[in-house]
Amino acid sequence: MVNLTINDQPVTAEEGTTIIEAARQHGISIPNLCYMKDVHKIGSCRLCIVEVDGARAPLASCLAVVSEGMVVHTNTEKLRRIRRVLFELMYSDHSEDCLSCTRNQNCEFQAMGKLLGVDSSRFEGERSSYHVDASVSVTRDMSKCILCRRCVTVCNQIQGVGALFPQHRGFDTEMAPAMEMQLGKAACTFCGQCTIVCPVGALKATNSEQKVWEAIGNPNKITIVQVAPAVRVALGEEFGMEAGTIVTGKIAAAFRRMGFDHVFDTDFGADLTIMEEGTEFLSRIRGAFNNRNAVLPMITSCSPGWIKFVEHMYPDQLDHLSTCKSPHTMLGAVIKSYYAEKIGVFPGDIFVVSVMPCTAKKFEIARPEMQNGGYPNVDAVITTRELAGMIKSAGIDFVNLHDEEFDNPLGLSTGAADIFGLTGGVMEAALRTVYELITGRELPFEKLHVTPIVGLDQIKEAALKIENPLPDYAYLDGVEVKIAVTSGLAGARKIMEQVKAGNSPYHFIEIMGCPSGCMMGGGQPRSHDQDVRTKRLHGLYTEDEGKPLRKSHENPYIKLLYDEYLGEPNGHKSHELLHTHYVQRGIFNQLTDETFVADAKVIAKIKTAAAIRDSAKAAISKLRQDESASPKVFELESENRRLKTELADALETVDILKSVFNK
Amino acid sequence: MNTESATNTCPVSERENAFEQIANVIDLYKGKEGSLIQVLHLSQKIYGFLPLEVQEFIANEMDIPLATVSGVVSFYSFFSTEPRGEHTIRVCMGTACYVRGGKKIVEHLQTHLGVDLGGTTTDGKFTFEIARCIGACALAPAMMIDDTVYKQVNINKIGRILEKY
Repeated sequence: MVNLTINDQPVTAEEGTTIIEAARQHGISIPNLCYMKDVHKIGSCRLCIVEVDGARAPLASCLAVVSEGMVVHTNTEKLRRIRRVLFELMYSDHSEDCLSCTRNQNCEFQAMGKLLGVDSSRFEGERSSYHVDASVSVTRDMSKCILCRRCVTVCNQIQGVGALFPQHRGFDTEMAPAMEMQLGKAACTFCGQCTIVCPVGALKATNSEQKVWEAIGNPNKITIVQVAPAVRVALGEEFGMEAGTIVTGKIAAAFRRMGFDHVFDTDFGADLTIMEEGTEFLSRIRGAFNNRNAVLPMITSCSPGWIKFVEHMYPDQLDHLSTCKSPHTMLGAVIKSYYAEKIGVFPGDIFVVSVMPCTAKKFEIARPEMQNGGYPNVDAVITTRELAGMIKSAGIDFVNLHDEEFDNPLGLSTGAADIFGLTGGVMEAALRTVYELITGRELPFEKLHVTPIVGLDQIKEAALKIENPLPDYAYLDGVEVKIAVTSGLAGARKIMEQVKAGNSPYHFIEIMGCPSGCMMGGGQPRSHDQDVRTKRLHGLYTEDEGKPLRKSHENPYIKLLYDEYLGEPNGHKSHELLHTHYVQRGIFNQLTDETFVADAKVIAKIKTAAAIRDSAKAAISKLRQDESASPKVFELESENRRLKTELADALETVDILKSVFNK
Repeated sequence: MNTESATNTCPVSERENAFEQIANVIDLYKGKEGSLIQVLHLSQKIYGFLPLEVQEFIANEMDIPLATVSGVVSFYSFFSTEPRGEHTIRVCMGTACYVRGGKKIVEHLQTHLGVDLGGTTTDGKFTFEIARCIGACALAPAMMIDDTVYKQVNINKIGRILEKY
């Protein structure tokens, strides 16, 4: 342990601790904009500077490590002044469209200005060029970027994708794909983790709220909504509730208040996925153990960010992917076929909205494969954050809503479906069904949780020994089924390197694109709660355990769906509606012509405020030029005045900088 | 001077040869941390400039994300993604050269060569750039053509200097 003093308070900290963490442990918070504990510390914003006795200049506390006898000051007048100047310098190159920014009042940069007590912006000068780029999933608005590089760290180190990197230098710097390529054309997986860490409105999910409101308001459309499992333990955070609070009933109620005609649950789609994926796994296993061609390991396909990753990075390994669509597209396909017939409605009149913890789901529904009979399975995807925005704008008092149920038949689900929202959940849900199909007995784990794959480790593995199987599966007697689970694309790469090398020891692998799974997806609320992962995880397991039915194959409406319509899992009808194929894309997207740039209308909409302001400025300056021929004297006078003010400002700036650097 | 090879990319056989040479360079640096800049530097020498296809080749061979390669290429003004002239003129715009008339030289060259900063003359002979201090402040204003430094340049000297190329 190291003894030091922070703000005259003697404290101890473990060796190697940074000053910012040591201070935090003792209740002192140091302002910062780029720092992310354990993930990102490059000292780019400099706001976390502290004074250390004996040090020549202030130190970035996110980088400087404590030492014995160190005397640290975090809140001196000098520091406050420097921080304000730093903030104002950043602000001088920041788009001022706060009112029309999606991050208004939810912006770390804005909050920092308030925290630092900045009440003016004195610096005017060169500004970065204005650049907006929208893919179907993620929008980049570089006029708002403060160059903290969190996105770069998340994209490169955490996800190992490397789609974003600082390009150019100085005022031209932007976080972008190579050669300013549009995100929609680059090998971006659309996982959206960058949109979670972006402190400002520079990286965000491409917004679909308006599209959904228009559908709800259209009397000729029947709007059907569904919600993913991970949303129900996170949405509450947007309304001030504790992370992990289960708000399933309130969501169903809110959907009805918003005006949706039918309120279903992606959980039903998850149960359906287990039936299809479990059956597919069994048939692959059967093939492999009966000397027929069967590709193993089989890898789950629910996570579109993961799918896009593998299509880019391992285009020759796509046979390992389960052919199952993801739960919400399965449900969409069922809604526009089975349910449409049931209620006697033309599928083209149905508008399906999926509320997802995910930005990549916006890309998924844009895939040409995700349609049947010419109709997209799902018409719009909104993220958890967008749903919160819509509920608020509809004036719904979410916190005080009484719980309601989803509509039937596509709203009933088992506990197995809820855990689709966390790492290991899809695997556990599949095993609950597959094991029982093979042996006729329940999965031999307490509360049905496959203990070795529960938790937040990057790669988890387990082996399940099959003993005394049913006669149909006699060939599996004594076989150890090896499974692996990973979340986050860096882990996925490790697993795929094994698969590619042909030495993967596993039969069945679950991969989710975001670290910890969908509950920490790119569309989820941005949380500052250190324990958010465990809280959401706990919420989902609680939801699972609270349900009377825990295994997908026990869902009575799933059985009914097969009886009335689909026939059998992996049958002809299922293949047509619920299964898909994949596209070889390549690391430079060179193997396909497919791109996912948002359509021009969307981009135009996003460009509004700042563009209007820029053009207004240009118009004014043009007007001034045009008028310049007239009263020359007046112009010279005003120019004189302008120069005087500029000089005064410059002198003031010099004074400030002098005092900053001399003190 | 062969204008064709300067204005266009290399002909096919030369191009293949160039990629082979780049592959050799990468082999040389394989496994060494922080060798991307060296590889890019040598690749530019081989290929003449660093278009997307060369960056992709390097990214693929070195197993580095393309965005990272492009980030480094676009950060350093020495790297170019456009075809370059046979010779590169760099006028120093460091403080000493600037105050002693570097700007005038730039303006003169712009009209004389008929290109903007960063541009290449239509005959493919010269690429015209500015440099941030080449370390020849005592000789200000200074100018470089390829690796040769010209000291105390003035407008009257420029014609004679360019004639040499």
